[in-house]
Amino acid sequence: MAVKSNHVTIKGIKDGLVFLLDDECEYEELLGELRYKLEHSHQNILTGPIIHVDVKLGSRRITEEQKQRMLDILKQKGNLLIRSVEFPEPEQAQVPPYKIMCGMVRSGQVLHHDGDLLFLGDVNPGGSILCTGDIYILGALRGMAHAGVDGNEDSIIAASHFAPTQLRIAEQISRPPDEWETRETSMEFAFLQNGAMQIDKISNIVRLRPDFNVFKGV
Amino acid sequence: MGEAIVVTSGKGGVGKTTTSANIGTALALLGKKVCLVDTDIGLRNLDVVMGLENRIIYDLVDVAEGRCRLNQALVKDKRFDELYMLPAAQTKDKNAVSPEQVKDIVLELKKEYEYVIIDCPAGIEQGFKNAIAGADKAIVVTTPENAAVRDADRVIGLLESSEIGSPKLVVNRIRPNLVKSGDMLDIEDVIQVLNIDLIGIVPDDELVIKAANSGEPTVMNPDSRAAIAYRNIARRILGDTVPLMHLDQKKGMFSKFKKIFGMG
Repeated sequence: MAVKSNHVTIKGIKDGLVFLLDDECEYEELLGELRYKLEHSHQNILTGPIIHVDVKLGSRRITEEQKQRMLDILKQKGNLLIRSVEFPEPEQAQVPPYKIMCGMVRSGQVLHHDGDLLFLGDVNPGGSILCTGDIYILGALRGMAHAGVDGNEDSIIAASHFAPTQLRIAEQISRPPDEWETRETSMEFAFLQNGAMQIDKISNIVRLRPDFNVFKGV
Repeated sequence: MGEAIVVTSGKGGVGKTTTSANIGTALALLGKKVCLVDTDIGLRNLDVVMGLENRIIYDLVDVAEGRCRLNQALVKDKRFDELYMLPAAQTKDKNAVSPEQVKDIVLELKKEYEYVIIDCPAGIEQGFKNAIAGADKAIVVTTPENAAVRDADRVIGLLESSEIGSPKLVVNRIRPNLVKSGDMLDIEDVIQVLNIDLIGIVPDDELVIKAANSGEPTVMNPDSRAAIAYRNIARRILGDTVPLMHLDQKKGMFSKFKKIFGMG
């Protein structure tokens, strides 16, 4: 089997070898090339004392079975000791970027969430929403919202009806109305700019978060 | 098997006892067999509002602790043969009974009565837990004030997470002229925040105070605006569709007449 393409790159580092595996080609093709390189072209390098090996798969997602097949090939060489295999976690990749919840957060109730939250419903005075990430409320925010509770200053708070008793982002606490300029739009969001709470129209969110999926029209 | 309805509010002084007494009496007026239960142990009032204070022999705590049978503690109303009241003890406190004991008593009452109306104490502690223990449904009373609405919201949250589920709302003591001038919360504002079904609105009426002091529930007086409101609530409990009262209509007509006769 003549392998010309270069899907498998073997690099030497201080204390072992790094196998960089291409993440775009067919997995079968990749395994074939790996096997070929181990058995033929790189045979002389890969014999001798025990060498630590790190395998990097780029952005390719593989199943447990596929991973095992790759390891079996590497293990044919008794002197290769697999130290790590790097690839994106399959579950993690499938989790949506935010959680959707609905209902009412009434006085005395606290909704905690680890991550970003899209809440469909109202947060009443005396009720609180606390998130480590962003808070988006489709409904009325009349209570307290605390985004970035673990200290993430890039978190934001957005609500269709923006009338909070208090807002908190990371360590910053702010209350209406003296600290913010009031506007006449219905949906607004709060963010930190140079450590100070700012309120802006929801349509301006793209200026703050260019990494969002921006709708550009046709 | 009857139905047990707890009347609660969170905040004190919004009219729980008045509402309990009047809804109970209105249901009796409509021919239903009703028992009122006062769970405000230590601060009982329902007996006073009903004018039955001097007829009390045994109370809720006596029944719970087995000092008397349930029937012995029930006080029959002066006006109706099928209206009874189970008074609270005045000498003990809320911890004198447990939710399980109240639940058993209410269950027993439901076998005999079509409606068991439970008057809940203010607060969300032991007394509240006792009061809601045996209830199938709940009515939350609020006045159009921010503080009362906050507390009502808290109580609604607690009820929603209990077995009772979503309660019905009574907005009490509305003063139409204050609402009009923007000095009082509008019913719409209250409903928007609380987000539960409205079962009645009761206008502020001086006759209610007079009635409470004389031990005669307002609902007995057909001239009282509040009486009509309570009767409407009772009919809605029975499943009738009754339109909401127009708060300024009667007054408007009345002042028109006054004007016609040169009195306005």
